[in-house]
Amino acid sequence: MSRAALVWTRRRRALAGYARAFAGNRGGLAGLAVLALIVLAALTAPLFVDKAALSLTGAEGGRFQPPGPGFPLGTDAFGRSVLDLVVWGARISLTVGFLAAFVSVALGTLVGVVAGHYAGWSGNVLMRVTDWFAVLPALVMAVALAAVMSRSTLTIIIAIGVTAWPTTARVVRAQTLAVEARPFIERARALGGGHVHVMLRHVLPNVLPVVLAQTTLLVAEAILMEATLAFLGLGDPGTISWGGIIQEARNAGAISSGIWWYMIPPGVAIAVVALSFTMCGRALEGVLNPRLRERR
Amino acid sequence: MAASESTRTGRSAAGTLPRRGRPGLHPAVRYLGGRVLTALVSLLAVMVTSFFLFRVLPGDPVSALTQGRSVSVEQLEAMRRDFGLDQPLPQQFADYCLGMLTLDFGMSYQYRVPVADLIAERIGPTLLLAGTGTVIAAILGLVLGTRAGWRRGSLMDRVDTGIALALWSVPSFWLGLLLIVLLASGVGLFPTSGMSSPGVEGTFAVALDVGHHLVLPVATMVAVVYAQYMMIMRSSVLDEMGSDYLTTARAKGLRDSLVLRRHAVPNALLPTVTLIFLNLGRVVSGVILIETVFAWPGLGSLFYSGLRVPDLPIVQALFVVFAGSVILMNLLADLVYPLLDPRVRT
Repeated sequence: MSRAALVWTRRRRALAGYARAFAGNRGGLAGLAVLALIVLAALTAPLFVDKAALSLTGAEGGRFQPPGPGFPLGTDAFGRSVLDLVVWGARISLTVGFLAAFVSVALGTLVGVVAGHYAGWSGNVLMRVTDWFAVLPALVMAVALAAVMSRSTLTIIIAIGVTAWPTTARVVRAQTLAVEARPFIERARALGGGHVHVMLRHVLPNVLPVVLAQTTLLVAEAILMEATLAFLGLGDPGTISWGGIIQEARNAGAISSGIWWYMIPPGVAIAVVALSFTMCGRALEGVLNPRLRERR
Repeated sequence: MAASESTRTGRSAAGTLPRRGRPGLHPAVRYLGGRVLTALVSLLAVMVTSFFLFRVLPGDPVSALTQGRSVSVEQLEAMRRDFGLDQPLPQQFADYCLGMLTLDFGMSYQYRVPVADLIAERIGPTLLLAGTGTVIAAILGLVLGTRAGWRRGSLMDRVDTGIALALWSVPSFWLGLLLIVLLASGVGLFPTSGMSSPGVEGTFAVALDVGHHLVLPVATMVAVVYAQYMMIMRSSVLDEMGSDYLTTARAKGLRDSLVLRRHAVPNALLPTVTLIFLNLGRVVSGVILIETVFAWPGLGSLFYSGLRVPDLPIVQALFVVFAGSVILMNLLADLVYPLLDPRVRT
């Protein structure tokens, strides 16, 4: 068997083991199933939701119509179907959640691996910078950034991505230090591997499992943060997002007049998605971190 | 993570410095000095960030304040001069730094009173809300976390953990609105907003009234926040589970509840307390949303109203206050830890 084939067999076997361990965690499996369903709904939304009916002028229903035939979850202040709004909102919420988590994890991994690899003076400076970012309160910082920049989805992604990375950086740095202490790194160095080679080919693959679990947990946080910013009126006014729907419901007086079908669905959607990501993340953490695995 | 980081550095600072350090300086003093110095540097960095971050806010405060009124160019110029906005940026920065050092945060553009007075007036309600919420959430989290960790895998553990994680995933502002709809605006059990009703007099009556207003905001905060304390406590109890001293305690014939209370919990509390301190700083900025939803007259709603204008003195001062509370709590965590855990002390 060639070397590459051997490596692939080994990787496949490890992956199968992980999959089996993940399947053993019922909460994680349930979270994954719910997520798959929601992602599918978000992707296929244009097939069964008419985008024109979601504009303020093209709405088909009456104002604040209670749930009934034609509108399973009633209508909002402009006569739009709340169910359609929530389904459409999943697109923005998931996009922002994934992209923001990706930005912050990429940044955190880069800083963490570099700070762990160059453990001396330069690594320390990097970690001081990280500490300083960690001190800045994430919500306040994100609110400030979203207020400073133009109101768009990109702004929200940047605001969340820039404020959420220090945690990842710390986790990754700790893992990098642990990996760098192992003999195969020394072997790679002795064979002439440079800094970049060691970081990319040896440290990164060993750090990635931790990063993966971290990402999943971060997506939940990012989705909550996006909803928060949209609720505070800092989101893109032209797009439909869950936080934005709640803000509109509040502004339209749904709270005082008891129009529950306008306010409850988007909140439940946020909670379900965030919970699913958290369950998946915890299950992944348990699978990929042997120390956690043996005690569960 | 942050805790293990600080523990590790704390241990090395306390462990290796005395050997390298100058003679005559007590290691505890060195440790303390180092921590305080780091905190001061962080605070300085936060002050600089705050100044430059909000200078790029879009919108001209002067024109925002005079919206809808006819003002002459001279009046606008006079306002700019009053606010110090006609000065060059380096001069503004120098004034800002000097002001910060003397706790003079400048005049609020919209309220026309010193920001320091505004903060002094608003900090009480925020501390009341955040403090009450944190104490209840921490106690609830510690109790439930201990129970769940001690009987891990049991039905109770799974149900408690599930509920906590579900509540943690709920956006706090939405939960607050929901509580208002369910318990305040419809049924009228609790007031929908604010901190006090007009016309209430007498110390006891006022306290009762404030307590009545406090119920829903605190309930919202506790529901969303307690999960993190619970998960931390649960995992630190789990960390202690396999320890030999627990086997010893059982071998002595101690009852299970005594083993838990006298042996496992005190040890499991150590990492938890540090993490609670690290969380405390974030709590103050975390109440922004709850204050907005319940119109609670605290720092959070002040910050939000400041962002809209933009009222630069308010937002930059509050940014420093929020970040400063995190720094202060981190410092306290570093200082408290050696007191709690003799192993860290030299």
